[in-house]
Amino acid sequence: MTLTIIMMLPLLGAALIALIPSAQERLVKQVALATTLVVAAATLFKAMSFDVDNTELQFRQSYSWIPSFGINWGLGVDGIALVLILMSVILAPLVILGGWNESEGGRWGVKTFYILILVLETMVIGVFAATDLFLFYVFFEAMLIPIYFLLGGYGSGERAAAAVKFLLYSLFGGLLMLASIIGLFVISGQNGGVTFDITELSELHTLMSSTTQNILFLGFFIAFAIKAPLWPFHTWLPDAAKSGSAGTSILLLGILDKVGTYGMIRFCLSIFPDASKTFTPVIIVLSLISILYGAFLAIGAKDIKRLIAYTSISHFGFITLGIFAMTTQSQSGATLYMFNHGFSTAALFFVAGWMIIRRGSSTISDFGGLQRVTPIMAWSFFIAGLSGLALPGLSSFVSEFLVLVGTYTRYPVAAIIATFGIVLAALYILIPVQRALHGETTPGNENLKDLNLREKITIAPVIAIIVFLGFYPSPLLKIINPAAAHIVQQQGYSDPAPTMNGGK
Amino acid sequence: MGTFTSPILNYAMLAPILVVLAGAVVGVLIEAFAPRKSRASSQLALSVFTLVIALAALVRTRGTYSSKAAMNSVTFDGAGYLLQMAILIIAIIAILLLADSDKFAAAPTAAPGSDEEREAQAANIRITEVYPLTLFAIAGMLLFTVASDLITLFVALEVLSLPLYLMAGLARRRRLASQEAALKYFLLGAFASAFFLFGVAYLYGYSNSITFSGIAAAITGGTANDVFLLVGISFVSVGLLFKVSAVPFHSWSPDVYQGSPTAVTAFMAAATKVAAFGAMLRIFYVAFAGDVWQWRPMLTAIALITMVFGSLVAISQRDVKRMLAYSSIAHAGFLLSGVIALNKSGLDATIFYLFAYGVATVGAFAIVSLINDSSGEVTDLNRWAGLGKRSPWIAIAFSFLLLAFAGIPLTSGFVGKFSIFSAAYESGNTAILITGVLSSAIAAFFYIRVVVLMFFKDPVEDGTSVVIPSIYTRITILVSLAITLILGVFPAPVLDYISQTAFFLR
Repeated sequence: MTLTIIMMLPLLGAALIALIPSAQERLVKQVALATTLVVAAATLFKAMSFDVDNTELQFRQSYSWIPSFGINWGLGVDGIALVLILMSVILAPLVILGGWNESEGGRWGVKTFYILILVLETMVIGVFAATDLFLFYVFFEAMLIPIYFLLGGYGSGERAAAAVKFLLYSLFGGLLMLASIIGLFVISGQNGGVTFDITELSELHTLMSSTTQNILFLGFFIAFAIKAPLWPFHTWLPDAAKSGSAGTSILLLGILDKVGTYGMIRFCLSIFPDASKTFTPVIIVLSLISILYGAFLAIGAKDIKRLIAYTSISHFGFITLGIFAMTTQSQSGATLYMFNHGFSTAALFFVAGWMIIRRGSSTISDFGGLQRVTPIMAWSFFIAGLSGLALPGLSSFVSEFLVLVGTYTRYPVAAIIATFGIVLAALYILIPVQRALHGETTPGNENLKDLNLREKITIAPVIAIIVFLGFYPSPLLKIINPAAAHIVQQQGYSDPAPTMNGGK
Repeated sequence: MGTFTSPILNYAMLAPILVVLAGAVVGVLIEAFAPRKSRASSQLALSVFTLVIALAALVRTRGTYSSKAAMNSVTFDGAGYLLQMAILIIAIIAILLLADSDKFAAAPTAAPGSDEEREAQAANIRITEVYPLTLFAIAGMLLFTVASDLITLFVALEVLSLPLYLMAGLARRRRLASQEAALKYFLLGAFASAFFLFGVAYLYGYSNSITFSGIAAAITGGTANDVFLLVGISFVSVGLLFKVSAVPFHSWSPDVYQGSPTAVTAFMAAATKVAAFGAMLRIFYVAFAGDVWQWRPMLTAIALITMVFGSLVAISQRDVKRMLAYSSIAHAGFLLSGVIALNKSGLDATIFYLFAYGVATVGAFAIVSLINDSSGEVTDLNRWAGLGKRSPWIAIAFSFLLLAFAGIPLTSGFVGKFSIFSAAYESGNTAILITGVLSSAIAAFFYIRVVVLMFFKDPVEDGTSVVIPSIYTRITILVSLAITLILGVFPAPVLDYISQTAFFLR
């Protein structure tokens, strides 16, 4: 089973759904769930044959697509891409199961909702697996259309406005990247033939002047920083997260935003190593601001979904910091962080979504004493929250620790500042936990129902993954480490040897 | 006294133009002699037949290129071949829209609001002069793209323009607006023609020649007075820039797009652009290429202003036809960057872009013509709200074409934009690349706004409805969508074909 075939499976499911009569909503949902499960199984099976010691791209496929521009249908994965694809395909069935009834309040009915999700899944796999810059861009942009309709059609509140804001931000970033891609395209054409293959493009930097490199780098970086999102490009995220349904928000924050940080690793670092070095100080400062700013806003957030969005901004700061600190540890930590963030955000959004549906409000102060009324839901939220604040024993602790340790060896001051993010994280998680879960049961919450079986089945694997990887992250790190080391080495860095001052 | 030598004409190569002219003449005869009842169907059949024969005649000339087909006045080369083909294909799908004859005035010569007009409307008279007029315009366009001397170019310009002026005034409803559009188009067009002729005179004064090759030779020779050349280039450019509606020569286009019958707008917006840019490509690539350092800054400035202005002003439009007009102005700016690039990839990219844009434009206006209330077409965007709910397929089709205009991947617009901007950057023009990308971002805003309106707003109850498309309109829309999608997903065959074929005989 090739990557292309795995990619096409969701499309097949979408086509199948299109043929089902609209009245058969249950069947539509079942087909969608079955499709995503098959995709997840197929991907896991494929991942078994991944050679962890090989730092080259694996499972490569390449077919000529537009030969006059040197564009190929090129797919392939290294450890980083594989981990992100795994995260996406595991989250997809959970999103469908967890939001079983989400599509019903939507604008265009149930069928459209699942078709959009499945089309999106194809594009997500494509965007992570693309080894051709042009192909990556096509998925990067085309992906916006289904998520735009998911946000605008199936959310709540000012959903249309939030969707447009998201789309315009992303299109703007995408077009800046397009300018840079055109630049690369022309430069590659002037130096031995047009190509979009990322391996070949990564050899191009020796032929570019540093000014050209810097400008082209910025086109890519801003696009990815909008996507990730990094301060000051983040303002679309809270609105989108607030208006989206829980499932859409998971897709958006948990999966799609990873394309931004993934793009930084795959394209910014490998195509523009010199420019990456030039901009590293600026980017580290932006990351630190994101970490602290996101955390402060999260502490002040009154809306539970906005809260999760702000925590994500803080977490994306950590990821970016890890990427640009350029040590193997920080690089592995960043990728592991992306994976873990996907699951801990999913857990938070799932439970928050169920709380909101039950209570009919997303304001934190409307909740109170849930621990007594709905113990399982409260515990799930608590664990999800603890994963968000990176408690030791939960998966995000490992990644956050790796990022900080890896950063410290090269940029001690930045690492120390970033550590404050952890302190703030404790505040922004524990305050809402205390308000919503503990204390007296506030009026309006007495009769809330606890999680039903479907919801339990949804949240159980997420929490299991969080806990399992908290104690035993090495299966993932085994996949990630060689790729991360390869990237650091490609950049011409070597890990600083740990030194002991004062221990002479 | 020299003896008169009769011109030697290569009829095989001229055949496409001659066939279309002949079809137009037969059309006039039908209009004069055929019984009223059978006119509409026979005109439509004749026009489609003529265009298909012309296309066949054109395909037969493939590979035989010559500049001597008509005493050096026209040059048949790869670029001309492709442009003529683009015009004919666009014309075939656009002319099907004319079949909805209730969109055209019953008595176009009567004053708006007069008794004569009312009687004609009451008698439900359907006129069909629009077919031969369209064929004449197409013949002019075909000639415009291959003309290689300034006089032929001027004649072609007039042959293509005069029928368009008339056609703009043919709308059945909102007669005054339609006539105003026609008059405006005619007056400003006449002005532009005068500028053009003025420039021609200067160029003749400069080079002592009216052929493109003669001018090119004079520029390379470099002994004549440069001021004459500059004045000539400037004024000839004004005439051409008017036709492509580049800023600041654009002011006619929103009014004309809005006032004309939508079927005519579709044809005019798409085909005129191909013809006019075809002529621009030829004259700048062949005749003026040697003087590039003088005209490039000027054209670059115009291209930049055109992109930004078109995109910005389109945001505030409340009428879908006016919005598409400003969008076409923005696209003129993008297309100009291909002319300015002055390299092989610029030529290829411009031809591809012209074809992709033209086809999508015909489709978009065809859809506009479907949204009606009891008094005719509804072009007020506010009343398009909720279209996605009432007729999802029409709304999806229109959104798809808008995404193509916006240049979203997997549509022809993206491939076009990519190739034209890379050609511009290849020629070292970073300003065009950056401004182009930024104005695309602005443009995305108003395209998305229409999508939002159709899908995220609730319908207003005001009797707006989508008419069931006739079979002809249906064909137009489907063909346009199919080409837009295919050129977006599998552009390789067309791109390769263009890059193998496109060249200018100098």
